[in-house]
This record gives sequence, structure tokens and C-alpha cells, in this order.
Amino acid sequence: MAATAISPAAARARRRRRRRTRTYGLAFLFLSPWIVGFLLFLVYPMVASLYFSFTHYDLLNSPRWIGLANYKYMLENDPFFWQAVRNTAWMIVIGLPLRLFWALMTATLLTMKVSGQRYYRTLYYLPTMVPPVAAALAFTYLLNPDLGPVNGVLAHLGIPGPLWFFDPSWSKPALVLLSLWGAGDAMIIYLAGLLDVPQTQIEAAKIDGANAVRRYWHVTLPSLSPVIFFTLVTGLIWTFQTFTEAYVAGNTTSGQKDTLGEPQGSLLFYAIWLYQQGFRYFNMGYASALAWVLFGATMLCTLVLIKSSERWVHVEGNQ
Amino acid sequence: MSVLAAHERARRQRILHSVARHSVLIGVGVVFVSPFVFVIFTALMTRDQALTRAIWPSPFRFQNFYDVLDQQPLLRWTWNTFLISSLSSIGVVLSCTPPAYALARMRFRGRNAVFLLVLSTMMLPIQVTIIPLYVLFSHLGWIGSLKPLIIPGFFGDAFSIFLLRQFFMTIPNALTDAARVDGASELRLMLRVVVPLAKPALVAVFLFNFLYCWNDLFAPLLYLGANPDSYTISLGLSEFRSSRHVDYELMMAACVLFTLPVTVLFFLAQRAFVEGVTVTGVKG
Repeated sequence: MAATAISPAAARARRRRRRRTRTYGLAFLFLSPWIVGFLLFLVYPMVASLYFSFTHYDLLNSPRWIGLANYKYMLENDPFFWQAVRNTAWMIVIGLPLRLFWALMTATLLTMKVSGQRYYRTLYYLPTMVPPVAAALAFTYLLNPDLGPVNGVLAHLGIPGPLWFFDPSWSKPALVLLSLWGAGDAMIIYLAGLLDVPQTQIEAAKIDGANAVRRYWHVTLPSLSPVIFFTLVTGLIWTFQTFTEAYVAGNTTSGQKDTLGEPQGSLLFYAIWLYQQGFRYFNMGYASALAWVLFGATMLCTLVLIKSSERWVHVEGNQ
Repeated sequence: MSVLAAHERARRQRILHSVARHSVLIGVGVVFVSPFVFVIFTALMTRDQALTRAIWPSPFRFQNFYDVLDQQPLLRWTWNTFLISSLSSIGVVLSCTPPAYALARMRFRGRNAVFLLVLSTMMLPIQVTIIPLYVLFSHLGWIGSLKPLIIPGFFGDAFSIFLLRQFFMTIPNALTDAARVDGASELRLMLRVVVPLAKPALVAVFLFNFLYCWNDLFAPLLYLGANPDSYTISLGLSEFRSSRHVDYELMMAACVLFTLPVTVLFFLAQRAFVEGVTVTGVKG
């Protein structure tokens, strides 16, 4: 028998090895749908798009290598690149914090103990269920300077309403209003976080004589900071890709779909410019370069955020 | 006497507090609800009235809903949207359960690395992949068909894997260990023990994906833009107005019809939604 030739220890090792390769094989099998998708719909396109970004590619002719020319054109010659960057930065620096602040405030309101609390929560969350295209169309009507109810109500109060989506300096604020209306996704995450704040700490602060504002600032917010961090990171990544609402609102108010980001390029966000370059002008190489710069900027900002989180995100000792 | 007075004062204060709280909640609630009200009212106006600042429709014109279905191929768009949303969501549930199971309950070296890789792909802007994918799909002759929107769903979705994995982790090991001792295979454990217990999470994943596809504009715009026959509702409505003229009453009627199914879905499955959102939010 061959088994006698092998020491018991070696046999054990072999069995273990065989078992391990079997678990590997099994895990691989279970993971395979994701692995195939990962390679086919992620790794391959990423590599290809990195390559395209150094080429001139119009889909009809095969890609022609042009080195860094796309990147150089972007930074030095493309008149709309910087406009798109500025618009997007505006949404990140002003729009996103406003949205998260509003979500936090409404979530805090929803923690108040009142009868019918459930119904208030449902009601506040409801706008988040509205499809973005429908919401954008609805807001182009609601904020219509002549017909819309918002300016109608303002007129009743004797306030001349702005032109909203028709005015380059009011179109982004109009977009922010729309995003506040649908901020229920962040709100519900904050609400869950707020309900998790340890009551004992709040009671202790109360006994120490801290008033409601100080309790909120010194107990509630620190304990909520991981949740705030999470919404900041996801919100940041998402805002970098602002597209749908701006695309729809811009097209609907300008009444045409050839020049995107109207009025006067004030809604020309980065992702919209990329779409226009790639899928309207079929500058696939240039659009790929734009995509990689977007990716780089997203990574950089996320890393900065993660780095900064060491200073302000409060970590529970037991986690 | 004074005890009674104090009692009365406390009671009055309680009521006052309650009134104050409700007033604030209702005040903010009006902000959230009034857009719905205005949109529904406008959807019921005559064309002449929709061109004024009137708020209350008179007369009520329910005909608008019929007209908009008549003027736009809304039913066809709805069918396309439904097909995409349901098929790709089925694909996501089928293709994400095994990977999530492996990441949650199987022990193999490099598991954490794989999980981190899955997580990190969620951060990737889709813009980095869409151009080669467009080229790929156009080589396959899929542009203009629903395939590019359905088939990728069958190859895993990072967010869904993450959500399911988080849920699978909460299922006590004792339950699977007992069956494992009895010689049940991993596949059997997944299908007979874990999946039945994880139904709420599977429903949440299905709903999230359904909703995402139902609402999405970007992918349909890329892959279906050339073929009006395969438009989704989002895509069709995004081009509602391509002339200088806009019929707000019809546009709002279309918005109402578009929003209604997802709102009904929300009320039917509210718990699954909220639990799903919070599981990922807090543990993320």
C-alpha cells in the first residue's frame, strides 16, 4: 500500500492541501458571476478607456495614438472644460453641504416624540421615490417664472421671484432646491444614526447641565460623525457625476437637446460635457481622457476626506 | 389647590409643546408635499388654465391622462422599462447571492481582499467604463436593443453583493454549522438555510435594483438613444419637450403616471426599503 510509504504528518498535510484547494475551487465557483462581470464590465473597459484616452478615436476609424494631446487640449484649449469643472465644484462645495445639512435637520425633526411620527417620516421620505426625470420636469414647472406656483406664492408676498432655470445665476440654486426636496435618502440614514445615539450619554450631559444645543453639538454630532462621513463620501462621489436632473432641466427649459447645460452653460456639469464629447461628438478618445481626470479627481477628494476624517470622525472604543 | 394648579400648568405646557412640535413638522411637511399637490392639480387642468397661474383646476380634466397616453408611446416605454427593471433585477439577485454567500460564510484565504475589491468598485465613476462598453456593445450589435441594460445585471453588482453579504453575516453560524456536520454541501447550505432566512434582504436587493433601473436615465440614453422603439419612460420623458412649446398639463400628467407605480411599490414594501437603506448606511 502506498499509504505506508507516507508519514502520517505528510498525509495530513496533503489532505489539508486538497481540502484547501477544494474550498478555493468552491469559493471561486461561488464568486464566478462576479469575477466574470468584474473582468468583462470593469477591468477590460478600464484598461481600454485608459488606452483610448491617449488616442484619437471616433468609433469609425481605429484609435490613433496621440500621446498626451487629449490631456493637453483639456487643460489648455477646451473652453468648456473649466466651465464644467467650476459648475461641478459649485455643486460639491455649496450644493452638497446644503443638502446634507437639510437632511440632518429634517432627520433631527423626525426624532421628536409626537403622535403620528410614522406618518411624518413617510411623508418626508416620499419625494425620494419620485424618478429623477419626473422630479426635474416637475421642478421646471414649479419654478417656471410665469406659470409656476413658487413665483406665484412669492408674488403674493410681494417678492419678485427669480427666473430660476432661465437665469444662469439661478439655475444651480434651482437644482439645489430640487436636491433638497429629494434628500430623503441621506435623511433616513441620519435618522437611523440619530436613533442609535446612546441615551445614557445624553442623560449624563443633561445632568451636567448642558442645554439642548450643547448636547446636540457635544454628544449627538460626535456620535453621528461616522454616519456623516459615510454620506459625505458617497455624496461626493455622486455629485462629481451630476447628470440627470441638470440634463433634463437644461433641455426642457431651453427647448432643444443639442446644446447641453443651458442656460449659458450654467448647468454644464462635468459628466454632461463628457457625455456630449463622447456620445454627441463621438470624440471617444477625448471623452475617455475626461473620464480618467474625473476618476483621478474623485479619488483625490475621497482620499483627502478620509485623511481629514481622522480629525473629526469619532470612533467608538468598542468597534 | 397649589398642587392642582401646578398639575394644570404642566398639562398646559405639555399640550403647548406638542402643538409646537406638530406645527414645525407640518410646516416642513408642506415643503415636501406641496410639489406633489401642485403637479397633480396641474395634471388635471385644461390647457388654457395650465397657461395661467391658477392653482385649483376648474374644471377637472381627467382626459389629460388619456391624451398623454394617446400622444406619447407611454405604454410602450412603460413595457420596456418594466422589462429592463424586472429582468436585470432577477439577474442581480441570482448573480449576487453566491458571491455574497462566499464572502460572508465560506473561509478561504484572500476573502477580505476580494471583499475590499468589491467595495472599491462601488467608488468607480461609471464614466471610466462606458466608452469601451459602448464600443463593445456596438460591435455585438446591441445598441438600440434592451440587452446592454439587462445582461450586465447577470454578472454581479457590487452594491448588491455588499448588502447581501452584510445580511448573511448576521445569520448565526450555529444554524449552518449543524447542517454542515450532517454533511450538507455549501450549495445546499446556501439554498436551504441562508436564502430562506435572508428573504428580506433579497427582496430589498431586488427592489433597489428595480427602482434604480426604473428611474435611470443615463444608461438608456447611451444605449437606446438611437432607437425610439426601445425607449424607457425616463428617456422618453426627458425629450418631452423638443420644441419651443410645452404642454405643462400633459407633462405633469405623464409625471404622475410615471411616479405612481414606484410610489405604490414603496408603500407596499416600505419596511424592506427602509431596512435595506439603514443596514447599508449604518454598517457602511
